[in-house]
Amino acid sequence: MQISQLLIFLILFPLLTAVFMLLVRREADRTWIVRISAVVICGVSLFLLFMAFDKGSLVYRFGSERIGQLMFVIEMLLAVYILYLGIKHRKTITVALILVQAGMLVFFETGLISAIHPVSNLFIDQFSIIMALIIGIIGTLICVYSLGYMDTYHQLHAEIKDRRNMFFFVMFVFIAAMFGLVLSNNLIWVFFFWEITTICSFVLIGYSQTPEATNNAFLALSMNLLGGVAFVGALIYLAVVDPTGKLFALDTLLTSGYALALVPAVLISFAGITKAALMPFSSWLVGAMVAPTPVSALLHSSTMVKAGVYIIVRFAPVLSGTPEGLMIALVGGITFLLASFIAISQSNAKRVLAYSTIANLGLIVACAGVGTYNLMWVAILLIIFHAIAKSLLFLCVGTVEHSIGSRDIEDMGGLIERMPKVALMMFIGMAGMFLAPFGMVISKWAAIEAFTAAPFGLVFITILAFGGSASLFFWSKWMGKIISVMRNQENVEGNIKTEMWTVLSILTALVVIVALIFPLISSMLIEPFVMNIYGETTRLAQANLTIMILMLALLMIMPFSMLFQRRDQVITRPYMGGRPTVGEMKFAGSMGTTRDLVLSNYYMRNYFGEEKLFMIGVLLCWGLLLIAGVMIAGVVL
Amino acid sequence: MIDEPGYSVISAVVYLLLAPVIGGLVAGIDRKVTARMQGRVGPPVLQPFYDVGKLFEKENPVVTTTQNFYVLSYLVFMVVAGALFFSGGDMLLVIFAFTLSHIFLVLGAYSSYSPYSHIGAERELIQIIAYEPMIIFTAVGMYMVTKSFFVSNIVTSGLPVILYLPGVFIGYLIVLTIKLRKSPFDLSTSHHAHQEIVKGVTTDFAGPNLGKIEIAHWYEYVFLLGVVYLFFGFNPLIAIAAIIVAYFLEILIDNTTSRVKWQLTLRSAWLVAGTLGIVNLGVLYYLRMVVAP
Amino acid sequence: MTYLKKSPWIIHYDASSCNGCDIEVLAALTPLYDVERFGIVNTGNPKHADIFLVTGSVNEQNRQVLINTYEQIPNPKVVVAIGICATSGGIFRECYNVMGGIDKVIPVDVYVPGCAARPESIIDGVVKSLGILEMKRQAMSEKKTASQMTAGDAA
Repeated sequence: MQISQLLIFLILFPLLTAVFMLLVRREADRTWIVRISAVVICGVSLFLLFMAFDKGSLVYRFGSERIGQLMFVIEMLLAVYILYLGIKHRKTITVALILVQAGMLVFFETGLISAIHPVSNLFIDQFSIIMALIIGIIGTLICVYSLGYMDTYHQLHAEIKDRRNMFFFVMFVFIAAMFGLVLSNNLIWVFFFWEITTICSFVLIGYSQTPEATNNAFLALSMNLLGGVAFVGALIYLAVVDPTGKLFALDTLLTSGYALALVPAVLISFAGITKAALMPFSSWLVGAMVAPTPVSALLHSSTMVKAGVYIIVRFAPVLSGTPEGLMIALVGGITFLLASFIAISQSNAKRVLAYSTIANLGLIVACAGVGTYNLMWVAILLIIFHAIAKSLLFLCVGTVEHSIGSRDIEDMGGLIERMPKVALMMFIGMAGMFLAPFGMVISKWAAIEAFTAAPFGLVFITILAFGGSASLFFWSKWMGKIISVMRNQENVEGNIKTEMWTVLSILTALVVIVALIFPLISSMLIEPFVMNIYGETTRLAQANLTIMILMLALLMIMPFSMLFQRRDQVITRPYMGGRPTVGEMKFAGSMGTTRDLVLSNYYMRNYFGEEKLFMIGVLLCWGLLLIAGVMIAGVVL
Repeated sequence: MIDEPGYSVISAVVYLLLAPVIGGLVAGIDRKVTARMQGRVGPPVLQPFYDVGKLFEKENPVVTTTQNFYVLSYLVFMVVAGALFFSGGDMLLVIFAFTLSHIFLVLGAYSSYSPYSHIGAERELIQIIAYEPMIIFTAVGMYMVTKSFFVSNIVTSGLPVILYLPGVFIGYLIVLTIKLRKSPFDLSTSHHAHQEIVKGVTTDFAGPNLGKIEIAHWYEYVFLLGVVYLFFGFNPLIAIAAIIVAYFLEILIDNTTSRVKWQLTLRSAWLVAGTLGIVNLGVLYYLRMVVAP
Repeated sequence: MTYLKKSPWIIHYDASSCNGCDIEVLAALTPLYDVERFGIVNTGNPKHADIFLVTGSVNEQNRQVLINTYEQIPNPKVVVAIGICATSGGIFRECYNVMGGIDKVIPVDVYVPGCAARPESIIDGVVKSLGILEMKRQAMSEKKTASQMTAGDAA
């Protein structure tokens, strides 16, 4: 089987599944179609890995004028759809943006490129393989999880209209679009798939059709459209600069020299910033948390927002060493710092995860913006580790929410007794986010070491030091909350469906496995990729690798120490100043009353409050973006 | 890079065996000097060993058996981190390994769900994030001076690190104050008889668990003083003198200040890290870039 | 030889004392008497303590607290009743709310009478309790080896 066929299969097969999803009548049919589809997509992604991992970068001639025209037609139809919805819901900004974008697109398609027939449209290289694996494995796992989740969701929220056919349709269209995005070499195609993901996100956020959901959906849409406008601007610029259309091919553009590529790089990076919800555009991601949890897991942590950083990482060689690149990197860095701070003050679990996602995306962009070969390596590693751990955490929070009825961290106390297996998986997921020797810490460590060699690295090291501390705080206190033993709590995890267990277990295992085998991933995929672009690459010292593997092994053995517990182990009460405790969590207060014991985490809202810090982030980042914009305008003119 | 793996394994084993002895002696001398400063006679220098011996003779009541796991992990990873440092490993990895071990202590405190433990755990976390930026700056500063993150290279570099990193050193002293659990930053738990939230983080640990925590502290003392040594590594005698002076300074500060609130701890630690640390590193960076590499 | 004698940690609880005996207990920690040179530390946490120093008599309000605190001290432990109120109720013995000395509620090992008990007596009482502590420790380890042996026989 040829690799090009695999690529086309990966893009088209989910579309097929999506169509089926629209047509199913019975729940059972949906279940087995999704399961089979998931296995197939997973399998093909892995097969693609085996076929293509050592082949370097391959480009394929595929496509014809027809496909380009079809894409244009679909884009126009979608624009009309958005226009209609925007007018119906009276969202002026959305209407304005879609008109501008559509207008630019029409100008582009009809005026500028009527004579262009770019041909080398699909490609595969190591970075695309990594992204394809993330989409193929994690994306499909989340779809399988959604089967059980949406069932419970509609039982609990009877007032929300059951549009599951449409839900799964859009989920699979999204997966197809993501494959298209990472496998396309032609920037016009990339834009097409980009827009599809925007629409998918819009539809899925507004799934419950409550006013809040609708408003947040439009917020996400307008911010992503703003990015889309910048993207089309880049396309127009490329068409004007080179009417033969050679520069639309990503591989040509990236190697064409920084003078040509810088303007589109910055514009497309701006689009990436809006899609990845960095400041000042972070509010849409936080608002998108109203969507059902699988949506948050798939789109808003592991895949769609990764498309935003993916494209910035692609352009990293162009941005590297330029002042514009530095501006973009600073936007990422400030986002990382402030979002980590804000996450400390949040008690809603999904908001904490959202801010953590925003922060980590900011870190990836900071690495990409500075763009030395070391940092490129770190950025890709961060993408992998974050996708796995964050999707696991989102799915766990979704499961917990359905079992205990709340997504507030303060209600998750004692989860280790109420839902032991899920709590353990959350524990591993959180450890994967901030504890050595798991992935994210390895990446942060590598980032600090890499920034020492980069220009202005000290600024970023400072950001990493303080932001990293902040993230340590909010993860640890959440961890502490769920492992508190409050005793005599009822176990409520009995009614979680088998396939949800399967998905959660696989993701948990992946967190550990990827931490173990990342040297292999690095040498097989990431290092060749970086070497190809920069001519030199990072290698982690062998001694360090050995030590990290040993630490991980030790960490896995330690829990078994609990098996060797003494038979005469004395269990006692926690110390409460000697007060008589009536029952487990009550104690005798004064005047003969019985008081409940309530322990809550520190949120430090005076220091790390959302409003003040968000304002600072918005101001700083807009400032940086404007500076970058002015510099680019200077280059254009 | 670690040139001879055999040498590093030997160092690690030596650390494993000797560090508790040295750490315990340091703790004992600490108590003796403190007592003398307060006009008392004070316990014998070997007292910490008697304390730990006694703790292992007691029974081990726990609130939940997971506490045993957390305390054991705290001790094990503390030893691993210290051994990594003394075998010449990567300074940043050492820092992250230490953070891992401290998180286990915090989790152990959280697991018992008692008000004193809980507040102690929150404060311990605040302490950790208070010193973390500064200690990362220490590692980065050492890299900027000696061009290596590996302790084996920093120690043998022969450069007078302290002359390049005075600001970072002062910042490190604040880290030392926090980590040694000395006033004014002894928020989460403190030495004996300085209670505030009973015993904070260690409230619900008893007997052998408490003994293990104490031994872990001894391993930590040796590591912390080892970092002081790194600043003066070019001359071992001066380094040891510096360690003695630094520790004496810590005891002095401990006896002359009172505990502050967590807000002040966090703010002052971050401000000091921010100003002294960044300015020092910035000046160094500028000198490298502009004056001479 | 056990280490218990070299490192006895005390927890001091004021049951319903007038504070006279308490002040004398704390005085023992001051530089004049300095019991820390014996390794004695006043920890405020029963879980860390070996010796339970109690002053004042038992009444309905502190009865349960006494029992709770006593139970939270890990074995081996000793109780020292400081002052005559803790020993037998003292001059408040006939009061309607006083149940008597603390031995009405928890087992006491050493009594240190006095009103207020002098620091020298208190130190003397604590030193006496160290011997009892060591005996209890012996008993504890003998019982443990015995139970291990029976478990071995049974297995």
